[in-house]
Amino acid sequence: MEMLSGADMVVRALQEEGVEYIFGYPGGSVLHIYDALFQQDKVSHILVRHEQAATHAADGYARATGKPGVVMVTSGPGATNAITGLATAFMDSIPMIVLSGQVRSDWIGDDAFQETDMIGVSRPVVKHSFMVRDPKDIPEIFKKAFYIATTGRPGPVLIDIPKDHTAPNKTFPYEYPKKVKLRSYAPVTRGHSGQIRKAVEELLKAKRPVIYAGGGVVQGEASEALTKLAHKLNFPVTNTLMGLGAYPGTDRQFLGMLGMHGTYEANMAMHSADVILAAGARLDDRVTNSTKKFCPGAKLIHIDIDPASISKNVAAHIPIVGPVRQVLDEMLAMLDEQDSEPDHKALERWWQEIDGWREFHGLRYETNENGPMKPQQVVQALYKATDGKAYVTSDVGQHQMFAAQFYKFDRPRQWINSGGLGTMGFGLPAAMGVQFAFPDAVVACVTGEGSIQMNIQELSTCLQYGLPVKIININNQALGMVRQWQDMQYGGRHSQSYMESLPDFVKLAEAYGHVGFKVEKFEDLEGAMNEAFSLKDRLVFMDIYVDPTEHVYPMHIADGAMRDMWLSKTERT
Amino acid sequence: MRRIISILMENEPGALSRVVALFSQRGYNIETLTVAPTEDPTLSRLTMTTTGDEYKIEQITKHLNKLIEVVKLVDLTEGAHIEREIMLMKIKATGAQRAEVKRTVDIFRGQIVDVTATVYTVQLTGTTDKLEAFINAIGETQVLEVVRSGVSGIARGEKVLSL
Repeated sequence: MEMLSGADMVVRALQEEGVEYIFGYPGGSVLHIYDALFQQDKVSHILVRHEQAATHAADGYARATGKPGVVMVTSGPGATNAITGLATAFMDSIPMIVLSGQVRSDWIGDDAFQETDMIGVSRPVVKHSFMVRDPKDIPEIFKKAFYIATTGRPGPVLIDIPKDHTAPNKTFPYEYPKKVKLRSYAPVTRGHSGQIRKAVEELLKAKRPVIYAGGGVVQGEASEALTKLAHKLNFPVTNTLMGLGAYPGTDRQFLGMLGMHGTYEANMAMHSADVILAAGARLDDRVTNSTKKFCPGAKLIHIDIDPASISKNVAAHIPIVGPVRQVLDEMLAMLDEQDSEPDHKALERWWQEIDGWREFHGLRYETNENGPMKPQQVVQALYKATDGKAYVTSDVGQHQMFAAQFYKFDRPRQWINSGGLGTMGFGLPAAMGVQFAFPDAVVACVTGEGSIQMNIQELSTCLQYGLPVKIININNQALGMVRQWQDMQYGGRHSQSYMESLPDFVKLAEAYGHVGFKVEKFEDLEGAMNEAFSLKDRLVFMDIYVDPTEHVYPMHIADGAMRDMWLSKTERT
Repeated sequence: MRRIISILMENEPGALSRVVALFSQRGYNIETLTVAPTEDPTLSRLTMTTTGDEYKIEQITKHLNKLIEVVKLVDLTEGAHIEREIMLMKIKATGAQRAEVKRTVDIFRGQIVDVTATVYTVQLTGTTDKLEAFINAIGETQVLEVVRSGVSGIARGEKVLSL
């Protein structure tokens, strides 16, 4: 049998798993592994400027490709800097492997230099974690880690490796396992056919149905099945923030996003529905508003791979635990075989009602005749300049909601944002991960002057690897979403939400070796966008000044029902 | 409602901490907890008692099942079961009290496992209710120290929790 050092085993295992990129930052406890990486050329290491960015870049790569993102960090601060990225991936069920160095095994527990109990610190934000206790276990641990991260409800898996277990002078027999043996982990592979049949019967009887699809449809590669089912039944579809792109954003049957900042029509349709098919969505608080008042007349059919997501927030009438694609495919097959039709007459009336809601609001906003431009206009200009085809990553706040509302995503994996954790600083490193996965694709990072400064150092990484990401900095000189809440709930007292002393982002971009544009007038926007996207091999930082007083609407009225919304600063339902 | 959840899990370092951490992360209570390896040294059996309504217990069992190291689990209180807890207790035993304590121990079918001139050390096995009844019968003023194992449980009849 082949004899390898622990460090070489780590690198070989990554090769066996088909890893193209590993995002990381070196340090004392992982130096043996870095040396092993140096001596091969199958796995490319991407040097970030902060470990948090490594995790978000790997996360962006994973969201864009469906393959696990891989990260390597050193012990102590390197590892703890990866926590936010682990938590981000955990909340959004993103497959990720984080390798963290650890102090040598005989020093563990002695408060050694750069020692942190990473298994302990990361425990609540990983799907699982392993500590390498014997170098011989490395192949099996890696096999299990990749399997766990990518199957069932995906999630991040941490592998903590003490430095002495990767020492180059100690070798051990190496054989990469072909199969995983895990008696205690068996994700569901099929939904219960009886439940699926019951669900199909409900769908056929429905008079006011809504399909409510989430990130599980994207992760579970079920977009095609979902679209087929919706078309076949002529049912309206709404997507969660995580689900955008799972159903084509420009399709007639698409109602837009639902929830706290969802469209009027999506929220009204949900509230008035008699049957809701929730697919790969978890009825979280940003969607439901008060669960007590949630969709009072609706029967809930809930498909999810994770049994713990079902009936957690809202009780399901027909729970179906299973992979969403398989369940939707089986529904389609049942519909074909029964040759039954939905209630066309009722659906016609339902669509009339929905079209009325669409006309009533339809994401309208007021523009300023001579004053500053609106953030919505920026997203619409971006949509136009990129022909609706760009990968769009975002940070967190108002700009994220405007991007979600106004960029019509037609493909799954096209929209990449931190939905569950809401991590500011996610956008730029995530865009890097996407650009590595698809070097020729157009990648735009929609961000704000608050969020972008949380990982701005990655401009340096972008220069090193020639990543032509386009940064759309929607600059309202304020932490917009915080400010909006302060306007609405705190009497307009803008406590700490004002961004004073902003840098000159154009000069900053130039200092990092990139191109910077400043746009202050709406009439310059389209031209500047077109120019930016014509610079195909350059990163362009577009610093776009917008109206600081703008709010995101619709907005749920707290503790109300789905239909209770603010529609503008002065109108409510 | 009080529940006894019995878990079969991998006997690996870190497994127990995941189970315990889950309870604090998600705001569930642990009232008692016992854990030890089974006849198969690769498996541990963990028994815990907790309280909650149907909804909460369902969430607890679902989340426990999601832990990679949890192999199987059962809510023993769903069916007929046997539960036991062992208690070791130091009791003041002087003067007239000495005989009285001995009588109470006998009534509860406990054993005196250590004796000094002033103290009895008593061992008692039974359900949680029985142990509490004994503490009440002895009276708090007499009790010097109490050590309880936490509840262990097993289903009645032929039902087994195994691989």
